[in-house]
Amino acid sequence: MLRRALRLGLGPGLLGRGLGAHREGSTLDWHGKVSEIKKKIQSVLPGGAWSPLCDTSHLPPEHSDVVIVGGGVLGLSVAYWLKRLEKRQGAIRVLVVERDHTYSQASTVLSVGGIRQQFSLPENIQLSLFSVEFLRNINEYLAVVDDPPLDLQFNPSGYLFLASEEGATIMENNVKVQRQEGAKVCLMSPEQLRKKFPWMNTEGVALASYGLENEGWFDPWCLLQGLRRKVQSMGVLFCHGEVTRFVSSSNHMETAIGEKVTLKRIHEVHVKVDHSQEYQPVECAIVVNAAGAWSGRIAELAGIGKGPSGTLQGTKLPVEPRKRYVYLWHCPQGPGLEAPLVADPSGAYFRREGLGNNYLGGCSPAEEEEPDPGNLEVDHDFFQEKVWPHLAQRVPAFETLKVRRAWAGYYDYNTFDQNGVVGPHPLVVNMYFATGFSGHGLQQAPAVGRAVAEMMLEGHFQTINLSPFLFSRFYLGEKAQEHCII
Amino acid sequence: MAAPGASLRLVAPVWNRGTSGIRGLSRSVDPEGSQRKGRTLLQFLADHFYDVEAVREYLLQKQVLKVLRKNRFQDKEWMRPNGRGLSGELWKLREVPIEAVDASGCAITYQGLDNLLALKELQSLSLQCCPHVDDWCLSRLYQLANSLRELSLAGCPRISERGLACLHHLQNLRRLDISHLPAVSNPGLTQILVEEMLPNCEVLGADWAQGLKLGPEEQSRDTASSPIPA
Repeated sequence: MLRRALRLGLGPGLLGRGLGAHREGSTLDWHGKVSEIKKKIQSVLPGGAWSPLCDTSHLPPEHSDVVIVGGGVLGLSVAYWLKRLEKRQGAIRVLVVERDHTYSQASTVLSVGGIRQQFSLPENIQLSLFSVEFLRNINEYLAVVDDPPLDLQFNPSGYLFLASEEGATIMENNVKVQRQEGAKVCLMSPEQLRKKFPWMNTEGVALASYGLENEGWFDPWCLLQGLRRKVQSMGVLFCHGEVTRFVSSSNHMETAIGEKVTLKRIHEVHVKVDHSQEYQPVECAIVVNAAGAWSGRIAELAGIGKGPSGTLQGTKLPVEPRKRYVYLWHCPQGPGLEAPLVADPSGAYFRREGLGNNYLGGCSPAEEEEPDPGNLEVDHDFFQEKVWPHLAQRVPAFETLKVRRAWAGYYDYNTFDQNGVVGPHPLVVNMYFATGFSGHGLQQAPAVGRAVAEMMLEGHFQTINLSPFLFSRFYLGEKAQEHCII
Repeated sequence: MAAPGASLRLVAPVWNRGTSGIRGLSRSVDPEGSQRKGRTLLQFLADHFYDVEAVREYLLQKQVLKVLRKNRFQDKEWMRPNGRGLSGELWKLREVPIEAVDASGCAITYQGLDNLLALKELQSLSLQCCPHVDDWCLSRLYQLANSLRELSLAGCPRISERGLACLHHLQNLRRLDISHLPAVSNPGLTQILVEEMLPNCEVLGADWAQGLKLGPEEQSRDTASSPIPA
């Protein structure tokens, strides 16, 4: 019995509970204790399956059914739903590989934290609707025994999109689609805007759409910690390391019409430990690419896009990091408690932060002016030249303000159509994507996690049909364009 | 706050919560005196539940179900203006629009509010001391904007200033009671901001000076009047 338990490796269950091992923040300590005990037992038992010559206790496990590359909100959401939808408790062994435990560059925690249903694609609206229901009942979904309940600090203040003359018809159509899907959105004329929000200057605004319910902003750190805590309690293993290599095998096959196709299957993921040259080859059945801004790099490692351009083999994953700035300023006479997250037609947006007349905001730069995504340094001139003029024009009170803080974060920007990529790759058959959400990944993470888990377990989407978001659209050229991007 | 300046404390969950639960259970049963009783209880639990965590989740589910069931029952009570009326009385009053609802202390939840929001002529709503009314519930109240004149949220443990921000839809409100809200971080400042948000409304709540530091003259007056310990 003991030998079988030892051979099972570092899986949870028998070994963990039986020996009363404590799981601290990282898995390193836990593995250390277990390997010690294993060594002692080994010395007593005659023979043994593996040699005690090299101690691999500090490395990730050697086998895992699913390896999720990326421990941000999307990766953890996929892990959560996998463990929740598995047919038998403990059936699937999941390993989450995260390069940076402090999440210093992760898009999740640097995000402004908004959630809205005002999208143009029905799939996006449904994803947001489910996610908001998940957030509302977060303490039922992510409850862990003996741990305190989560407080997401949700502000149900809504989003207000302003449209100029040219954008008014598109906005009307979008609102019709949103209402059909069940979002509570209303249209406002400039007259109504002036009455409701007297601090706003409605010059140049022809129409506005205002989210009445289920829209607002929340604390992404809390969601991340809640997911992490719950997912650890469900038995998902965490590993602090970087994926450096995929070892795969190829299968040359022919399609029904006689075309030659090379299908690849990833067998091993090489995870390199931080600050060292050591790596661990993790044998796996499925790899999930949830690496956010670095998903393009992970896809290249798996050989996606290596081929003559124009073919399916040569289609790269068009997700790249784009730097976005967020500024926090103080304005004593600014908009009051009723202010929603206002998105100007010029692309600038702002929202309130707390009770002390502080505001958060920014603006997405035009294509030509994209900053270099090599680092996360903040450009304060960008605020002076590109953001402030639009804000001051829209809200005259913002002419006197003082910037208190600023930071930058990455969008995992999908250059093709600014919408997420989900589902398996057609050629690398066991790599699943959950990335490329271009700035609205956080708000759709719970629903996307469920969709990807359904795809992995059942083979098709069950609740929300995300077929327009599959990888094959890049090769077929079918854009699922999202118009309401901030 | 999604700012990188926030402290990065990753809470470490203790792994063996389940096992301590089992040990705890046996410890709590032992003082009963009967070893045999303890063992059969544990055996029963072990046979019917995969582990103790599952037991607690099951009990929690039952609790939630109880709350929801109570909700639907309460619904009939609201429609009856007073006392324990019979269904006959209820039938006669079907056409009469409801003007006031007192739901103080009710275990009404987000889904339960569906019943209240259907009352389009509601003028006065009291949700005092409702344990499950939180910011999400407040975000639904905009549907009563046309008729609601009086709203009381005193003593609700889950309402914070973020939920109060979405009361700005209720422009016909004349009386709002937001006193004794423990989850509001700064009651004085919140009171001022809510008053600014609803100019036609009388807002009862915290005294705006609450939480402000005393000025130097007031401080010396206080120390002079308070008894000096011997």
